[in-house]
Amino acid sequence: MSEQTREKMLVEAIHNGTVIDHIPAGKGLTILGRLQLKNAEARLTVGLNLPSHGGGMKDLIKVDDWRFTEHDAAELALFAPKATVNIIEDYRVVRKFPIGLPEAFVGVFACPNANCITHVEPVESHFAVVTGESLQLRCHYCERAFADTLFIEAKV
Amino acid sequence: MNNPLFGRDVVSIGDLSKADIEFIVERAAALKRSGPQPLLKDRLIASCFFEASTRTRLSFETAVQRLGGTLIGFSDSGNTSTKKGETLSDSIRMIAGYADAIIMRHPREGSARLAAEVADVPVINGGDGANQHPTQTLLDLFSIAECQGRLSGLSVALVGDLKYGRTVHSLAQALGHFKPHFYFVAPKALAMPAYIEDSLRAAGISFEYVDSLDQVIPLVDILYMTRVQKERFDPTEYMHLASQFVLRPDMLKSAQPGMRVMHPLPRVDEIHPAVDRTDHAYYFQQAENGVYARQALLSLVMNETVLEPAGGAA
Repeated sequence: MSEQTREKMLVEAIHNGTVIDHIPAGKGLTILGRLQLKNAEARLTVGLNLPSHGGGMKDLIKVDDWRFTEHDAAELALFAPKATVNIIEDYRVVRKFPIGLPEAFVGVFACPNANCITHVEPVESHFAVVTGESLQLRCHYCERAFADTLFIEAKV
Repeated sequence: MNNPLFGRDVVSIGDLSKADIEFIVERAAALKRSGPQPLLKDRLIASCFFEASTRTRLSFETAVQRLGGTLIGFSDSGNTSTKKGETLSDSIRMIAGYADAIIMRHPREGSARLAAEVADVPVINGGDGANQHPTQTLLDLFSIAECQGRLSGLSVALVGDLKYGRTVHSLAQALGHFKPHFYFVAPKALAMPAYIEDSLRAAGISFEYVDSLDQVIPLVDILYMTRVQKERFDPTEYMHLASQFVLRPDMLKSAQPGMRVMHPLPRVDEIHPAVDRTDHAYYFQQAENGVYARQALLSLVMNETVLEPAGGAA
């Protein structure tokens, strides 16, 4: 099997669903964990340390029968900001888009501030994305800003 | 007159623009000159203190009553449905059905923002945990404008606990609209948090750290003192710090005549009582100004048309 065919297979070998490609090597399992949290019954296939186009390695996840929206993808932006999402129909890529950093994360992460009202009230967490010298998420409620690394390293 | 504050929630000092702040400060001055006006007549205000607070609650309730409004509410959550497990969201929805506006204090950060989202009447934040206390900042700004005749271009020293003190964080943020120069005087362990320094830098506000009170006193228009909490240090360390961050009357000899000392109160030992008798002491006027600043805010939030108080506005 040629390298080109093998690459094609990696992306298109599911009937319908989503392939998240170009995940930085090492982040695949983290993303897998988050996807399981969102949908415990999703059928997921993961490839770790696969050869990447530009040299180096990447991780890749295939999700059967779940076509990602931009919103679904945006939730993964902190973990794999340069990944691409391929929507598959009948074994073919019908749409492809990069994971973009959203303006806000709603209902995705718990607030790291233990005294934030979101921990005791029936309300979704809400963080504004603040881009500056470093990436921060600022809680809409308690107004504290946290480094993105705090969320990336948190257990899923 | 166009009133940009009408019907608004006031949760965070960052919700208010420079123009909003100037408007509130002018109204507070006008109300102080004119004496009580019936600007909240036939209005029912809920004063909901889920956490006890003497100064803030009494000051808000005085402001409402002086403007002819009536009050319902509670002074701590001990006898409320919160004890039965009712959520804050449900309590606020219910209270919003009774009252024309809600003043609230709550021990959790973000509670006021949440309340503002679920209530269909204006919510004024009287303190949400360690987060925001915007009316303290408004009364501080009104007091500064009153004693200095202006808000712009002042030299201001912030002294004491700059790390945990929400008062100094909000004041630094709000004064940032008016091109101040800040001097920070604090123990290393209680220095201004990096995120505040970053936001000041981003806004082009100049600031510097000064080691002692003595050094900074001759340089400033406002010496804003805060309490260094004993429990953050071991007793020996606290004694050492106390000697550096306690203001005594002899230290004021080098001050400019117009320099004023402010403090959000309560003070413990950081200002010697003999300072009270100097012309520099301004903290009790500042506390009294809490009533006028809150009158100004409430009257603007509750009235679409701004009525000139009898006695004339600025």
